[in-house]
Amino acid sequence: MTFPALTALTLLPVAAAAVLLLLPQSSSKLPRVIAAALSLLILACTLLLWVRFDHTSGALQFQERHAWIPALHVEYRLAIDGLGLIMLLLTAIVVPIGIAASWRTKKRSSLYFALVFLLQACMFGTFTALNFFHWFIFWELSLIPAFFLIRLWGGKLAGPAATQFLVYTMVGSVTMLLSFLAIYLATGTFDFIELAGRGDSFLPGVAANLGWQHVNPQHLALVLFAGVFLGFAVKVPLIPFHTWLPAAYSEAPSGVTAILTGAMSKMGVYGFLRILLPIFAPQIHKLQTPLLWISIATIVLSAFAALAQKDLKRIFAYSSINHLGYCLLAAFALVRTSDAALLPEQYAAFSGILLQVLSHAITAATIFWFISLLENRSAGTRLLTDFGGLRRIAPVFAGLMGIALFSSLGLPGLNGFPGEFLIFKGTFPLVPWAASISVLGLLITAVFILGVIQKVFTGPLQPERAVFPDLTSGERVSFAPVVALMFVLGLYPQLVLGALNSTVISYVHQLRF
Amino acid sequence: MSSIQPTYSQLLSLAIPQMILVGTALLAMSIDLLALRRATLSTRSAATAILGSLGCAAAAAYIAIIHPNGNLLGGVLLGNAFIQLLQIAILALTIAVLLLAAGSTFTRHVGEYVLLILMATVGMLFLVATQDLLVIFVSIELLSLSLYTLAAFNKQSRFSWEAALKYFLFGGMSAAFLLFGFSLLYGLSNSTSLSEIGAHIHGLSPLLAIAIVCVAVGLGFKVAAAPFHFWAPDIYQAAPAPSAAFIASGSKVASFIVFFQLASIGFAGAQGSATWGHFVRGWIPVIALVAALSMVLGNFVAIRQSSVRRLLAYSAVAHAGYMLLALTAHTPQSLAALVYYVVTYSAATIGAFAVLSIVEAQTGSDRIGDLPGLSRREPVLSFCLAIFLLSLAGIPPLAGFFGKFYLFVAALQSSPESMPLLWLVILAIATSAVSLYYYLRVLKASYITTPESSAALTSGRVSGEEIPRVLCVLLAAAVVLLGAWPSLLLRPLLNALPRVF
Amino acid sequence: MLAWTIYISFFGAAILLLLPKRAASLARCLALLAATSACGIALAAFLRHRTGELFTIVDKPWIASLGIRYHLAADGISLSLVLLTGIVAIAGVLFSWDIDDRTNQFFAFYLLLIGAVYGVFLSYDLFLLFVFYEIVIIPKYFLIANWGSTRREYGAMKLAIYSIVGSAMVLVGLIAAYVAAGSSSMALDKLAGFPFSAHFQMVAFPVVFVGFAILAGLWPFHTWAPTGHVAAPTAASMLLAGVVMKLGAYGCLRVAMTLFPLGLGPWSHPVLGIHSWREVFAALAVIGILYGALVALVQRDFKFVIGYSSVSHMGFILLGLMTLNLMGLSGAIIQMISHGLIGGLLFAVVGRMVYARTHTRELAALGPMNLSSALPFAAVTFVVAGMAGMGLPGFSGFVAELMIVIGAWRAFPVLALAVGFGILIGIVYVWWAMQKAFFAERGHELPPPDPLQPITIPEKIAAALLIASSVAVGLYPQMVLNIIQPALHSLLFAGLRRGGWQ
Repeated sequence: MTFPALTALTLLPVAAAAVLLLLPQSSSKLPRVIAAALSLLILACTLLLWVRFDHTSGALQFQERHAWIPALHVEYRLAIDGLGLIMLLLTAIVVPIGIAASWRTKKRSSLYFALVFLLQACMFGTFTALNFFHWFIFWELSLIPAFFLIRLWGGKLAGPAATQFLVYTMVGSVTMLLSFLAIYLATGTFDFIELAGRGDSFLPGVAANLGWQHVNPQHLALVLFAGVFLGFAVKVPLIPFHTWLPAAYSEAPSGVTAILTGAMSKMGVYGFLRILLPIFAPQIHKLQTPLLWISIATIVLSAFAALAQKDLKRIFAYSSINHLGYCLLAAFALVRTSDAALLPEQYAAFSGILLQVLSHAITAATIFWFISLLENRSAGTRLLTDFGGLRRIAPVFAGLMGIALFSSLGLPGLNGFPGEFLIFKGTFPLVPWAASISVLGLLITAVFILGVIQKVFTGPLQPERAVFPDLTSGERVSFAPVVALMFVLGLYPQLVLGALNSTVISYVHQLRF
Repeated sequence: MSSIQPTYSQLLSLAIPQMILVGTALLAMSIDLLALRRATLSTRSAATAILGSLGCAAAAAYIAIIHPNGNLLGGVLLGNAFIQLLQIAILALTIAVLLLAAGSTFTRHVGEYVLLILMATVGMLFLVATQDLLVIFVSIELLSLSLYTLAAFNKQSRFSWEAALKYFLFGGMSAAFLLFGFSLLYGLSNSTSLSEIGAHIHGLSPLLAIAIVCVAVGLGFKVAAAPFHFWAPDIYQAAPAPSAAFIASGSKVASFIVFFQLASIGFAGAQGSATWGHFVRGWIPVIALVAALSMVLGNFVAIRQSSVRRLLAYSAVAHAGYMLLALTAHTPQSLAALVYYVVTYSAATIGAFAVLSIVEAQTGSDRIGDLPGLSRREPVLSFCLAIFLLSLAGIPPLAGFFGKFYLFVAALQSSPESMPLLWLVILAIATSAVSLYYYLRVLKASYITTPESSAALTSGRVSGEEIPRVLCVLLAAAVVLLGAWPSLLLRPLLNALPRVF
Repeated sequence: MLAWTIYISFFGAAILLLLPKRAASLARCLALLAATSACGIALAAFLRHRTGELFTIVDKPWIASLGIRYHLAADGISLSLVLLTGIVAIAGVLFSWDIDDRTNQFFAFYLLLIGAVYGVFLSYDLFLLFVFYEIVIIPKYFLIANWGSTRREYGAMKLAIYSIVGSAMVLVGLIAAYVAAGSSSMALDKLAGFPFSAHFQMVAFPVVFVGFAILAGLWPFHTWAPTGHVAAPTAASMLLAGVVMKLGAYGCLRVAMTLFPLGLGPWSHPVLGIHSWREVFAALAVIGILYGALVALVQRDFKFVIGYSSVSHMGFILLGLMTLNLMGLSGAIIQMISHGLIGGLLFAVVGRMVYARTHTRELAALGPMNLSSALPFAAVTFVVAGMAGMGLPGFSGFVAELMIVIGAWRAFPVLALAVGFGILIGIVYVWWAMQKAFFAERGHELPPPDPLQPITIPEKIAAALLIASSVAVGLYPQMVLNIIQPALHSLLFAGLRRGGWQ
């Protein structure tokens, strides 16, 4: 029997959490060191997986398949292709960043880091599961560590923010559950791959199978689609389902926010790509225009909102929404009738999504890491107006954070650029009007990021910030690999794309009908 | 009138148990008057009671061993397996009452007391062994007169003789009704034998209707069915405990049997029907209405009682309603169910009165409000009380539950397809559910409510209480046993039945 | 062998009554021993009888003249419920470890209750089932009235009266069925196989179903449940909400639906747009789900929140029963198991872990105490139990709700949507109660005057037992489904399959 690599990978963070929980509560230095070490270990294992991944094949690899609940047609089925692999990788990268950002957590730090690892385990679980029952367990379970991380270590309004986060996501989950149960009833399977393989005719057949004679099959298919869509739309989030995000991201401790924006939001994108698109492609095609408008709204409105914010965390919270909006734009644009001429564009769009996802994870997590350092050094303030002229007294800090900020802006040469470039290259020919309007988002993003740089690093120095230590050597060493990664990915994206090509091709082909 | 004149020896053989009892009664009284003059009251009462019990036991043994069979003068005096069973049951209940009386101190005339109990038992034994109107009436009178006197025995309590006077006046009037009804029946059929009366009656005539109503009044009084029950609360509350227990138990057994026989044999031609929506005139709807009224009235008024004895009285009215349900069905199975029910009901009632008498000796009252603390003072007694009351409520696995179950089954079994009496059964089950409430109230007071002060006891353990305590435990055991293995009583009953019908 | 679960419990109760009042620790150990051995027997039987087919345990003549036999038998459904009883019983004893007042009597009543519950699940003769069903009422009453808390006497009496009214209705139906079938036997298969007339079944079914459903908390006959459960001491609440309410649901399935399947069929003419009793009860079940959840949301007393949540969860079971398909029925049985474990755990946390220490159940008073740091184990346990209760995947509640919703989709699509809404409200009130009770608002902390005692070992063991069982069923429900589904396919339910099965 082959080694169950994916199960092992999912269990590693659980074991890490157990180790941390067994530590005595009193020690404050030991937990973070152990947490950091373990998270790097997990990263190493993920890289091992990357190396072992067969780049030439677009099929599912590392598959584990066992019977679990035959009465419900539920299997224990794990596998990854390039899409899953990139998600695992970004999670493994974001978690150490988040832990580093939480270096100064004082109270109950071992519980804190244990919850972080549990969250990582749940995310690994969602990215590898291929059966709805199994996937849904991890999807729901991930809310619990997230909730407690926000609630117990967050800011003053952490309670309502966490509750809002939970309730919103739960509403989406319940609708998703109902839809999937109806689908199960009609098709007899919970398996994503099987459902995707059924083609475009199965959804209208749902009504017939259920015996609901007086329901229009097309309408029913749309209702089921709406249920599943809602679940993922809340998670990414898409406007107008995003209202939980600014509060949650700003009240959560920065390290948690790093993980939330870096990895948890990708759960939503993964859901769109793995579940919604393959299964509901006809419905998306039918609703393409409204969906594109939603993604446009997400891109543009969030950028404007970021512009209007004063709190650094809120700015980047909205920026997060904006960056993921591009992914959704490309995703919706992908669903087209088969037109061989547009095939390269579809490849480009999908490749762009994958790159954007990875790069946004790294960049956003790093930005929030920097924000946590800012908070620590400035005794908790993080309003734009509290800072200024830091370039003079903390040049290294300003430099490295600047790199991260430029990457978020999409400067060529840094990792933010290839993804956005490919997305636009792909979507312009597919949906020219949508892509044109979305460029507005790029512009506004540039404006507010430059505004941040100006307000924080240039300009007059605030008297309270006179004592602003620069990065310590330890911090410099920690930041170095991340920043280097940004350059590497920006200059040589083929490093990642090469592994994903086969997946991109097979995925796009699967979507065509 | 049968042409065969019985010889005295035949008559004697069927009446030996009664004679044993009479002999015992006289013996007890003489011993009390002569030999025990200087003994204490408790010794005297214990001795006479035990003597009386021995006499009853001897009579029961005679019946069980000799099995007196026969049919004299066309139903005047009968002996068959069923009657033997009934007589043994009555004797057993009498023994229980006597043992309850063994510890009593309310009267100095213990010999007379025992004599009266035994005389009443003689009346009951005759009552179940006859199918002739005259013998029925005379036996009822023997029974009733003894009971009136027994009820008035506590000369120290004004309430006791007031209740007894009420009982006597009521009873006298209902005896008059009964006699009037009997005379009408004789007039209609020219015979006092139940079977001949039944043969001569075809359909309902006005005269027969009056007769039915009069008989219903007369016997309804005896079994304390509503609306003829007004004597019961006072008697149950004010009469001495053994008298009340006796009235509540043995006399009920005999009265129900006689009622059943009268109705099913005597009025066989004028049955009528009590099907819901299809009432046909006859004796059945009359009994059905009385039963329904008793069930409802008895249970709902019992809820408001604060005296345990009055509660038992109203619950007796309700139970009489259930037993009349068996009457309306008038099948052999319903007769067996009736006997089972009334015997187990009597056992539980005697037990309840036994516990109450001990409690009253301790606290001086029978109010529910004076019960708290009983479970801590007397754990065994309160447990027995719980068993008795829960059996009365119909909680399995006690005898009362199976009695009700079998009663309801038998009531419906007569015609399984149409189930004419279903409405009555539903009413019975519903009111029975209500009854749990007031029984639980008593148990709640005993087990749960904390006593206000510990100075509620007028006396600690009173001497002479040992025998009633033992009686309680024995009766509780019997109730549990008969509940868990009803076949013990049921099988002999069902075996004896075919010979009756 | 399984019959010994009953005998051990009754025997244990008898011995406990004879113990002197001061031997409290001896009483506890005896009770634990009895509960554990009974559970062990149940577990052994569960593991041995993998096929789920019906097997007879004891079959002796009892009241031969009436055709009543002492007949115990078990199939997959009974086995799983018996095992549930065993686990909850052990947990209940452990959570009552601190009872000091008349300990021996408390555990005597407790074991009597357990024994009677085992009896109901194992009875095959309906008379015997009814006997055990009625026996349950009296220990319930005394447990609540003697050792309970808020308005205990009223709560106990209300519970007893509702129970006996329900039993009375069941008795009417049973006697009618017995007599109509020829008064020859009370065995389940004989009565189930007897062809009662359609009219008879149409009348008898609602009577018997409602009779059992009163104990199962069917809306609007549920009002005894919150009062009674709040009044009861912790162990009794666990048993009552966890197991005894399932007796009602079990009776609905085993007796009402098995004997009178035609009663679920369509009426000759619709009344107010409703076509059958099945629709009536399904609608009432869904109303119960929503009502229980909504009322739980506005409660101020922590225990009332849990009490109303029990009503809501029982609504799921009744809905599952009315779906009449394999998925819904299996889901209903799993929900019986799941809520037995989780409901019991929730009551234990509120009653034993919190109330016994803080002496208050008002959410507004508990919040400032910041129990999440004072009693971390209790907080974690409640979070886990609450999440399990609201249907978080990974626990048994999710599997159950999943299957019930699937079944409901097929049978009553509109109601399934309402159920989804009910699940949402369920999430909200659990989360809200947990936050209010265990977490203080920033700056509003007010520690309790005396330090709270830490959670004792018996409590931890019991909580772990219940959580582990729920996780086991949640992650591997197949072990239960393996024995339940063959039981549902058995001959007993043939009438049901002919009647309205889909």
